[in-house]
Amino acid sequence: MTARENILQNIRTNQPASRKLPAVPKFHSDKVLDLPQLFVQSLKKMAGDGVPDYPADLDAFLRDRFPTAKRFCSAVSEYKGTCTPADFPVWADAADIDVTVVRSPLGVAETGSVLLSEREFQVNPVGFLAHDVVVLLDPKDIVENIHDAYAHPYFQETGYCLLMTGPSGSADIGAVTVHPAQASMTLTVLFAPRS
Amino acid sequence: MSRVDQAEAAVKFMEDHVHEERLDKILWTARMRRDQAALQVPEWEELRDLASQIKEHTLSNLAHYLEEFEKNAKANGVTVHWARDAHEHNEVVYRLLSEKRVTTLVKSKSMLTEECETRPFLETRGIRVTETDLGERIQQLDDQPPSHITGPAIHKTTEDVADLFSRVYGSDKTKADAVYLANVMRENTRPEFLKAGAGMTGGNFLVASTGAVVTVTNEGNADLSGNVPLLRICSVGIEKIIPADEHLAVFIRLLTRSATGEKITQFTSTFRKPRKDGEMHIILVDNGRSARLGMERFWPSLKCIRCAACMNTCPVYRRSGGLSYGSNYMGPIGIILMPTFDAHKYSELPFSSTLNGSCTNVCPVKIDIHEQIYAWREVMEDKDQIKIVKKEAMIVAGKVLSSPQLYQIATSSTETALKILPHFAIYNPLNYWGKHRDVPQAAEETFHEWYKNHRLKANEVLGL
Repeated sequence: MTARENILQNIRTNQPASRKLPAVPKFHSDKVLDLPQLFVQSLKKMAGDGVPDYPADLDAFLRDRFPTAKRFCSAVSEYKGTCTPADFPVWADAADIDVTVVRSPLGVAETGSVLLSEREFQVNPVGFLAHDVVVLLDPKDIVENIHDAYAHPYFQETGYCLLMTGPSGSADIGAVTVHPAQASMTLTVLFAPRS
Repeated sequence: MSRVDQAEAAVKFMEDHVHEERLDKILWTARMRRDQAALQVPEWEELRDLASQIKEHTLSNLAHYLEEFEKNAKANGVTVHWARDAHEHNEVVYRLLSEKRVTTLVKSKSMLTEECETRPFLETRGIRVTETDLGERIQQLDDQPPSHITGPAIHKTTEDVADLFSRVYGSDKTKADAVYLANVMRENTRPEFLKAGAGMTGGNFLVASTGAVVTVTNEGNADLSGNVPLLRICSVGIEKIIPADEHLAVFIRLLTRSATGEKITQFTSTFRKPRKDGEMHIILVDNGRSARLGMERFWPSLKCIRCAACMNTCPVYRRSGGLSYGSNYMGPIGIILMPTFDAHKYSELPFSSTLNGSCTNVCPVKIDIHEQIYAWREVMEDKDQIKIVKKEAMIVAGKVLSSPQLYQIATSSTETALKILPHFAIYNPLNYWGKHRDVPQAAEETFHEWYKNHRLKANEVLGL
């Protein structure tokens, strides 16, 4: 008997009588919510930075915000940068990127998360091997909570996607959360209506 | 296999007072942050009910959901393996690495691979394994197992880590600063990601309807382990499965709030397909879980989502540290999981609890943890696994507590003895309570004496 057959047979022998699967509500608030404002507040608690006003000159904004950065990787059409994900056929080479600019199709007000996937990254590690990540987000794409977020088709369609909520961090030393962890050091979410 | 003596190991942890006090403080802070987070969610208790019901439904239809998951994962281009036990799991991992001639593996934190002792298995076969979670890496470098499910090195002070890193990495021992030390880790571990031949992750959830493995980390190390190397291996226990994404939302809302009080982790990631030009393998591991499913009293322990809230709130765990349990899973959840692996070795663990019920109250999936701990004590009694001294003491206590007369005589004579006996007689070798604690000062009178002198007299005056 294969391991698969053996395990499934044991489970069928042992599993308790079937229990009912409950329906899951969306848990929407009764109040009228300012979702962009809630998003920025939630993101801030996770050490991310939400910028509500889209700058007139994105290039100048990025150079001002990251003055020592040299390699700007653009995964969006509205910004040229100094390179694109296609320049990293060897994915580990994305570790040389200073700043990645990418667009998210969805924000979550409850948590301050942005949804990102292989479709945006093209080369997945550009989204977390880069020193800093800047995400463009249309405020109209912000949903209220995690229940709404998991209704997004990306979770059924993409090979890899994530809800990114702030820069990588760790509280493993002294139970104090610090942000030089393995992945990106900062996360900036810039409200940018889709053209 | 000798019994784990948690109490004795706890004494060693508490010897310098520094570690005990610090651990107690930070874990209680986590518990309070969890409470605050729960209070901010009006539907919190409804979410707990839903989570419990979803898990019970899935576990009671586990074969169906595993087959659905396998079908969908295969359709996504993933290779699915099944492992009956730890050895089979480790053999699969080693075979996958060998077939690709991989000798370097980056690994994100996984309690399952701790349970399977995967790292030593691979290391003895020439595979260089780098733990990439900061806490797990600290424990690897110090040659210790994790002491906590979500914070593997939480029992260590910042000074301990500074000392360790100075020995291993040559960093400045005097810089006991979390930012500095995290940077030391980053500088030394990121290059490992870039050159590794394979990446390995665990999985917090499996989603049957999409064939997805979901991981939650703050560091992003599962995303790096799972995306940079061409070969990705995910090892997941069969109980981690849930039906669909709508159910995943319930658990994501509960998990991190229960663990740390945050609303979510920085990286909540869904892996469904191999990366471009790469391979993805998922190993579904039983290792005793299907047998546990048949334990009428204990199968609900399979609902656990490994948040560690029960550990953070447990007064025994907070003061004795996770390593004292001598087991892969520690604290209240460890007490009810470990005897299913080895009833003799872990026969003393069910007594490392005050049965206060706090663990049950904070459990996001409503496992009746403290009641299961009590039930395990009964099992140990039935299996004759209780030490003679403890057994005899409990027989005496049972007789005294079941007889009002004996109880009154015992309390009255104990109070008298405490007043007149010399120190050496009170703190004799048979006094286990007094071994590490001061015996309470004798009260002037027992409750019964007080009641007789006050209430009964008052009742007489009132004619009652």
